Amino acid sequence: MSVAAEPFLQHHFTTAEQQADAGKIGMWLFLVTEILLFGGLFVGFAIMQGLHPEAFLQAHRHLDRTLGFINTVVLLSSSYTMVMAVWSAQNERRKRLIVYLLLTIAFAGVFLGIKYIEYSHKFHEGLLPGRFYHHAGDTVPGQFMFFSFYFMMTGLHGLHILGGIVAISWVLRRAIRGDFSHKYYTPVDLVGLYWHLVDVIWIYLFPLLYLIK
Amino acid sequence: MTSTAHATSPGTYSKILGILLALTVLTLSAASMDFGAGNVVIALVIATIKASLVALFFMHLRHDKPMSAVIFVSGVATLAVFLTFCLLDTGSRERVRPPNATPAASVRR
Repeated sequence: MSVAAEPFLQHHFTTAEQQADAGKIGMWLFLVTEILLFGGLFVGFAIMQGLHPEAFLQAHRHLDRTLGFINTVVLLSSSYTMVMAVWSAQNERRKRLIVYLLLTIAFAGVFLGIKYIEYSHKFHEGLLPGRFYHHAGDTVPGQFMFFSFYFMMTGLHGLHILGGIVAISWVLRRAIRGDFSHKYYTPVDLVGLYWHLVDVIWIYLFPLLYLIK
Repeated sequence: MTSTAHATSPGTYSKILGILLALTVLTLSAASMDFGAGNVVIALVIATIKASLVALFFMHLRHDKPMSAVIFVSGVATLAVFLTFCLLDTGSRERVRPPNATPAASVRR
């Protein structure tokens, strides 16, 4: 096996498959730390909602279900375009790979745009976390707690979307350069895994934050 | 990795997206009805079905080597233990307290 045939094979790996498997295991381990990072917030949310159900119920009515629903559709669609990007890389369809990566970035941008609309509405109404909360006319006390969790959870998730845009842009640059083939597409694959996890986290955030009963 | 590359077709991915979108509509319409204590259960069951579809098909766990699934499931299981024991704790504090004890006395020995 010549060096030219495997341009991205690192010297400490025997085969391209071994290198790809090692990368994948590393990515999955990272994803588990992400699950536990968000997991802490989810557990905190569950405890506080259990202790203050009325405050959480009242507070969540300030969220716009329609916008939350649209953002869920946008993120699920971006997961689809991402997996199609991975498929295109596996099957060496370079143009389709570039188009699907661009679409994924576009969906991510729409998601953040809608999040911006939601956030500015909350800022305007004084629906802020912790001691910054100053919404007038509340009948149920303690609603600041809900917004502490709302901003920490969606904020951390939003940062992950931003990170995803950076990572996908890097993959896009390499795709345009023609780095990928059916033998080597690990970066597309691994960034795809990350992107799907960000989607999975939103799949739980949407009903828990927007659809409380 | 290359051996499993062609296991899933674009048609399958489209169908999975369709199911995911349908489940999102379902969870939204379920939220407009009242099932009492079942509300949160229904929402979480639908979310877990959606997350499983994403993990199995979009994240390729279905055709991947088992190591990825082992790592993923052990992470989720750890989170489940964390969540379960925290909720068992906070959910049972009132009941273990003697009925005639003052709140402060029952916490400190």
